[in-house]
Amino acid sequence: MEPLSVNIRNLSKSYGEVNALQDISLGIRRGELFGLIGPDGAGKTTMFRILTTLLLPDTGSAEVEGFDVVRDFRQIRRITGYMAGRFSLYQDLTVEENLNFYATVFGTTVKENYDLIRDIYSHIEPFKKRRAGKLSGGMKQKLALSCALIHKPKILVLDEPTTGVDAVSRKEFWEMLLRLKVHDITILVSTPYMDEAGLCNRVALIQDGVILSVDVPEVIVGNYRGRLLAVSSDDLYTLKKDLEAFKHTASVYLFGQHLHLTLGGNDAESEIRGYLGMKGHKNLIIEPISPNIEDCFLELMVKAGKTNP
Amino acid sequence: MKSEKTVIKVRDLVKKFGDFTANDHLNFEVYEGEIFGFLGANGAGKTTALRILCGLSLPTSGEISVAGLNVYSGRDMIKRRIGYMSQKFSLYEDLQVHENIRLYAGIYGLSRKEIRLRTDHLLDTLGLEPVRNKRISELPLGWRQKLAFSVAVIHRPSIVFLDEPTGGVDPITRRQFWDLIYDASHDGITVFVTTHYMDEAEYCDRVCIMEAGRIEAIGSPAELKAKYHATNMDEVFIKIAR
Repeated sequence: MEPLSVNIRNLSKSYGEVNALQDISLGIRRGELFGLIGPDGAGKTTMFRILTTLLLPDTGSAEVEGFDVVRDFRQIRRITGYMAGRFSLYQDLTVEENLNFYATVFGTTVKENYDLIRDIYSHIEPFKKRRAGKLSGGMKQKLALSCALIHKPKILVLDEPTTGVDAVSRKEFWEMLLRLKVHDITILVSTPYMDEAGLCNRVALIQDGVILSVDVPEVIVGNYRGRLLAVSSDDLYTLKKDLEAFKHTASVYLFGQHLHLTLGGNDAESEIRGYLGMKGHKNLIIEPISPNIEDCFLELMVKAGKTNP
Repeated sequence: MKSEKTVIKVRDLVKKFGDFTANDHLNFEVYEGEIFGFLGANGAGKTTALRILCGLSLPTSGEISVAGLNVYSGRDMIKRRIGYMSQKFSLYEDLQVHENIRLYAGIYGLSRKEIRLRTDHLLDTLGLEPVRNKRISELPLGWRQKLAFSVAVIHRPSIVFLDEPTGGVDPITRRQFWDLIYDASHDGITVFVTTHYMDEAEYCDRVCIMEAGRIEAIGSPAELKAKYHATNMDEVFIKIAR
């Protein structure tokens, strides 16, 4: 097994009364594509800012490639590529100038590490004389990733690179990340999009500063405990209201064109068809399905008591 | 289609910024009580169109009416008849929960008595009574977004515009948010919503997909899936945008 690239032990961080991270322990192996999955306010950015030495933890410790995040911050900064959640390149510099600037800061040249960024940078190279501020969202993202990679970092930290990005650009971005894996870089990426979990080697599901689960996506899905049914009819709105009122319903959630339903009690499944038939639902379909990561996240949130009113 | 009555009518909407055409001859209608999804890649022209429909910006040309009012001459009146919320800004962080409600209700001209009644009803429905006196900055994002939506419809507008209302929200709250949208729609409020979550596109009565300033597709999710031989809206979107 590969050695640990990131080793987090009992890490906590608070902002006033808000506990952003609560006693987090986590190991990430070298070369892993690791996803930190959770909504806004879960603590994703706080964790990344501590790992990139931009923020000090309150208690606990963390090492990146054997360097301590507090004591050895200089060494960590040399081997880390970081893409912040907000576009943070120089808007008044051109594409080419930004890239050269970052290469120079890290004591290297674009030429020396061009192989690493070729796949990504080639998309924006035709616009290299354009100012970064004038690029489209997708192009800015590619430039930011190129700049984060230009010094051939050992660890790449990407804070919500796909937030607010449309479905097509999201797919393209993940394809680029997957192709980077051959270069043996440890990649940490955070996202609020549950469907991106399946693209990672391992993921941590995080909510309110607590890790709900950390594992290979297939294992997390395998640990789902309920029996899940997909239910649909011509009128999802009424169907959902009816299912909420059904005495055996444990949970019912909207999932695109279906409702995902779990039931409690024996014989509930045999009763449900009769119950919904009686309510007059047309084109009723009830079928067992395999859960996805979002189903698991929902189950874990409920189990951890993290539901809102 | 929930109703034959048109609440938004857009004919040949064009909006130019210098040489750049952000909206290129858009044509569509939105019906009363409908949940209308407005989708598209970043930079496709969604926000430009949304701002025109809300009376915040004037079109270069075209005939557009919102809630029975012309967007050229009726801009100020339009603002009274619509509600608006976005992910980026919704409520005043330094004000308490009930103060935010009072502020918005007051701006929309509700009476003191009405404000009191609707505030109590709203806090009760959302389960936010215990945090009535908390500042918005102390609330988790998911609570804020639900509250922001309820505040956006406190004056019972005929249309509510939602600009990526569920971005970054946890999966349970995201669904609770859609419950609120469904309820509003059942009460006859037309919902005009933009989103990047393709599962949410399935919840709309009809969706419109924009690409490079034009409308590429419009119809119910079922119609679009049939037309593009796709099993879900994610596939539809990718087939159109790629």
